[in-house]
Amino acid sequence: MTESLITVSYIAAAILFILSLGGLSSQETARRGNLYGILGMAIALVATAATPGVTGYAMLAGAIIPGVLIGGFLAQRVAMTAMPELVAILHSFVGLAAVLVGFASYLGPQDASMTAVEVTIHEVEIFIGVFVGAITFTGSVIAFAKLRGSIGGKPFIIPARHAINAGMVIGSVVLGYMFLDAGHATTDGGNPGGLMPLLIMTGIACVLGVHMVMAIGGADMPVVVSMLNSYSGWAAAAAGFMLSNDLLIITGALVGSSGAILSYIMCAAMNRSFISVILGGFGSDGGAPSGPAKVVEGEAVPTDVEKVVADMKAAKSLIIIPGYGMAVAQAQHSLSEVVKILRKELKKNVRFGIHPVAGRLPGHMNVLLAEANVPYDIVLEMDELNDDFPDTDLVLVIGANDIVNPSALDDPNSPIAGMPVLECWKSTKTVVMKRSMGTGYAGVQNPLFFKDNTEMLFGDAKKNVDAMLAEIRK
Amino acid sequence: MRIGIPKEIYEGERRVAATPDTVRRMIKKQGFMVVVESGAGVLASYPDSAYEEAGATIVDMPSEVWNCDIVAKVRPPQYHEGTGQEEAEMLAEGSTLISFLWPAEAEATIKMLEGRKVNAIAMDQVPRITRAQKLDALSSMGNIAGYRAVVEAAQQFGRFFTGQITAAGKVPPAKVLVIGAGVAGLAAIGAARGLGAIVRAFDTRPVVKEQVESMGAEFLEVEFEEDGTGVGGYAKVMSPEFIAAEMALFLEQAKEVDIIITTALIPGRPAPLLVKKEAVEAMRPGSVIVDLAAERGGNCEVTKPGEVIDHGGVKIIGYTDLPSRLPATSSQLYGTNICHLLDDLGKAEGFKFDLEDEVVRGCLVVHEGEMIWPPPKKDPPPQKSGEAAKPAPKPEPKPEPEVEESTQEAANEPPAQIPWALIGTGVALLGIGLGAPESFLSHFTVFVLAIFVGWQLIWNVSPALHTPLMSVTNAVSGIIIIGGMLQVSGSPSSATVILGALAILVATINIAGGFLVTQRMLQMFRK
Repeated sequence: MTESLITVSYIAAAILFILSLGGLSSQETARRGNLYGILGMAIALVATAATPGVTGYAMLAGAIIPGVLIGGFLAQRVAMTAMPELVAILHSFVGLAAVLVGFASYLGPQDASMTAVEVTIHEVEIFIGVFVGAITFTGSVIAFAKLRGSIGGKPFIIPARHAINAGMVIGSVVLGYMFLDAGHATTDGGNPGGLMPLLIMTGIACVLGVHMVMAIGGADMPVVVSMLNSYSGWAAAAAGFMLSNDLLIITGALVGSSGAILSYIMCAAMNRSFISVILGGFGSDGGAPSGPAKVVEGEAVPTDVEKVVADMKAAKSLIIIPGYGMAVAQAQHSLSEVVKILRKELKKNVRFGIHPVAGRLPGHMNVLLAEANVPYDIVLEMDELNDDFPDTDLVLVIGANDIVNPSALDDPNSPIAGMPVLECWKSTKTVVMKRSMGTGYAGVQNPLFFKDNTEMLFGDAKKNVDAMLAEIRK
Repeated sequence: MRIGIPKEIYEGERRVAATPDTVRRMIKKQGFMVVVESGAGVLASYPDSAYEEAGATIVDMPSEVWNCDIVAKVRPPQYHEGTGQEEAEMLAEGSTLISFLWPAEAEATIKMLEGRKVNAIAMDQVPRITRAQKLDALSSMGNIAGYRAVVEAAQQFGRFFTGQITAAGKVPPAKVLVIGAGVAGLAAIGAARGLGAIVRAFDTRPVVKEQVESMGAEFLEVEFEEDGTGVGGYAKVMSPEFIAAEMALFLEQAKEVDIIITTALIPGRPAPLLVKKEAVEAMRPGSVIVDLAAERGGNCEVTKPGEVIDHGGVKIIGYTDLPSRLPATSSQLYGTNICHLLDDLGKAEGFKFDLEDEVVRGCLVVHEGEMIWPPPKKDPPPQKSGEAAKPAPKPEPKPEPEVEESTQEAANEPPAQIPWALIGTGVALLGIGLGAPESFLSHFTVFVLAIFVGWQLIWNVSPALHTPLMSVTNAVSGIIIIGGMLQVSGSPSSATVILGALAILVATINIAGGFLVTQRMLQMFRK
């Protein structure tokens, strides 16, 4: 294939990627979007394989075929509740690949035609690419472990962590200077002097990635995962610069900005700044509460499944607010059945209200409900139905806590003050399904539980929803 | 503190201000002592024994109830034949009366209450704000009246509500028109729908259209633009042209429908006349009209308050005591409203009248023997929910546009930051332009443009698709595989080739896994 043909193919692939992301703007076009992405990737791979310089086909096949098999296997086997983990571990692969490509590029034969400035830029690109890649790699591995529960979800905070992080970044910059100073590999591929600083920096970046994600708590994971998504994009873009490959640059930039926007959306939904989430730890934000949070007093009224079902039958309009607890208990399938009966047989107006940070991944609840065959047109965003609560007869909160906490709005001293929440207490009645009276991730007591029009249904969400299903079928 | 619950003496009144349920709540949760007049709840099917079980003291003499610290009842106080005294006169000095009062029309009663130096709370004056919904007794009663109106109509109506096809032939469903979609109207729609009728509804306030439709009724509209939304979610008086258009619509509908339920009321005015004689005569014999506004003159020209009349074969029901015809439920809801009010007043321990509290101020008619009603006008209260859909009113033209604009700008964007960011970007670009070679700049151009494209694209992605978006971007970022592919074509033992091959392997896992799992997810999303 000629150079021009390859360039044209790359343009086609880039356009297809753009269309792919554009297609995801709505459910109707989303599947087509994914197909565009696959097509774009196929074109890019074929064009690259046909590049004049590429001859190691045996090596290519030997690496690609197992990769496809492993990837396909993972994708088929993963449970939808484990989606966050899968996404996190896949990010780590991109980070790892970026590191490997960076090293390969550094150790590989050098284009002799480059000027001195170009060589310097090339080396800076390698250095940055490896740095970002390494952070993405270890950060994603930690995120994966946290999401799986292999590591506790609590923020792991060591004293002076900001100083340590800053020190590591400064150390990397110094190493970068040494790396540039040492010069590039000799044209014959001998061991270049810059390898040592590069390796040390990689080590530091790996530690930085681990440390950064360790300090971030479980409920902030949506931000972390989308941030790592963003990093993996920047890492790919950096690789594109070092290889002078525009397709990599375009794709990397697309992914990078996508992840950045997602992180921003998640942060806005928690009313926290991106910086404070990334620096980790809850309540350590700059705007520390100016006084003690209100003490919540009162008595929570427990209820039972029979009463809740009676309430459901009496209500005309219901809103269900799922949270991470629903995902943990795997209650979405039974819930979907209950909703189907309510809608189809009892003709109730049932909708789902999704808070942007419900779950451990942006849009996590939507995927779980879709898996359980809940039609997407009754699954609404917080902004779409937050005004409807006063007209709602019954709200079921399943395994959610902080996202329905009224003190976010009315207690300026609450750690979650200012966070937009689903205002379910404005409905006629709210039933909260919860395992116990424990506090949510933010460690804040929830006054919702003590409101006159709130009742608590304690116990495992799955068992309770199953019991509801049995009761409603009677 | 003691709460007294007298037996209602108004003729035909079956309700009572507290049920055993609410008595229990007053005693256990709020710390009151409750005294109930013997037989107070009998007509609402709450025997004395049930009150006793709930912890109340049953007394025989009305005076023992009326000398309590708080007296809660349903109807306004009136002349008590059994004792030969005015009920209001039996109140102890400094005590508190809670009941419906209709202060605008009850001068004599209020004079008496003032004379007794008591406090009086009118349950009919609770402001219509979200916080006060739980003590809004008018809504509770409206709801019941709407339901009962349908039941009364069914009683008089000689046919099924629901359509049926039987072996003995086909029965068409009844058609019901509900005029006025307030609480009572909506309840009537629900009840009629529940019986299987086809329901249409009309209201001058276009904002209630959604609520009407959510109840399963068709919303009728006149071809005339005028918004009838008044203060506090109530309706206001409409222009004569509108009323004419409205009447024409009702006349048209009268020929078609079997049952008309009218619930139109405008606060502080006689009920608007909506169904004229001609419309009644246009209805088929056997049809029924229920006039919920009968007490205030009626929406229908021929309504006789308190009676059922027959006008050319059309029955017109003018009962004014519909809530009282469902005494158990209306007592329970009214009693709960009162409990909520007592909560707001600080329960037994902290019982006081907080005049700063909009709700308390609104319904407190007599305070320490002094008439303080109506409360001073405040800003119009926030509209009832569901009306949020109404387009925001256009802002008034600003008197001093220049000043306003500059302050707004200052509020919108912190001026100190933006220029610095721009300057910084400018300097960085300048530096790159000075130092970087041509080859780098062409890539850099692509990079910056791609970021902008991504930025534009991603904001359009529906939040529900954020997870698929992440997995697809993740798959796409596997494009880094190209970096590996370009480097595996050397000697198989060189470090570059091995590293490149490893990169290809992990990137391929990413590509395959990412796309497949996205596909799997997207297939699950269905309507």
